Amino acid sequence: MEQVIVISGTRKGLGKQLAEFFLNQGAVVCGCSRGKTSIIHDQYRHFELDVADEKAVMSMTRKIKKEFGRIDVLLNNAGIAAMNHLMTTPYENARTVFNTNFFGTFLFTREISKLMMRQRSGRIVNYTTVATPLDLAGESVYAASKAAIESFTRISAKELSEFGIRVNAIGPTPVETDLIRNVPKKKLEELLAQQAIGRFGTFEDVLNVIRFFIDERSEFITGQVIYLGGVMK
Amino acid sequence: MSDNEITKLVIESVKEIGADQDNDEMINATEDTRLFGDNLDSMGVVFLVTILEESISDDLGVDIALADERAMSQKTSPFRNVKKLSHYIQMLIEEEKDS
Repeated sequence: MEQVIVISGTRKGLGKQLAEFFLNQGAVVCGCSRGKTSIIHDQYRHFELDVADEKAVMSMTRKIKKEFGRIDVLLNNAGIAAMNHLMTTPYENARTVFNTNFFGTFLFTREISKLMMRQRSGRIVNYTTVATPLDLAGESVYAASKAAIESFTRISAKELSEFGIRVNAIGPTPVETDLIRNVPKKKLEELLAQQAIGRFGTFEDVLNVIRFFIDERSEFITGQVIYLGGVMK
Repeated sequence: MSDNEITKLVIESVKEIGADQDNDEMINATEDTRLFGDNLDSMGVVFLVTILEESISDDLGVDIALADERAMSQKTSPFRNVKKLSHYIQMLIEEEKDS
């Protein structure tokens, strides 16, 4: 039977590329974004929602369960970046970053792991960033929201392991997507200089780690965070 | 839906877990059957939540999350017994209708 993969944030960037990759591999992909779909495929289902809307996430999970009966993989991909000095960061903006990054990950994990728990199997991949271990100035709110995801990844790995659910996280370096569109070039160069391997990440780099995490042979891997580019904590 | 229908759903779900856990008190569940702290540990509550949310959605057509900050409290958990849990669900469903 084909795998059923849920990916949040599939309208553009990595989420869209991942959805298209797994669709080409024959998987069923259920994605979501705040707007209409940008993917047309027989095996793709799109849900228009805000990932921090509890009712909408519950309803999405129930619809997927009704149609496909199971969810094998959850990629908590939806995220927003924010770059600002903390003294000039509006409260509303900080809340929005936490809502999408942390609370979105929390809600999708809570609802989908209820289904995975009854299947006694499931794989969840969360997204952090190298900005967290590097404690990058100018990214306090963004990095803090991802630090929350790292803790959540480790603890949910413990709480969910007895149900056969594994939870890991990938920490990409900057990948040239919309997420870093507004970051000044000089800032990006400084960041790359702090990596052991000083280049931008690519979609293939991210995909490689995700495929490793969700591979059946990785059944002994959970609660781990892998940063790209040789960034160390 | 009536209090009665909800209590019936709760009892059925408790019986299902009771059968799973070989627990006679839960297999023969009534309104007075004690749950969290006596017959159910925190994992048992988690199982009950998933089974109940699904039945409430399928049978009553309402999507609610049985998440509560007191869920794991020995004294005030709405999961203490069947009666308390049924009232709690009734309240959540009414809130959902009003929203």
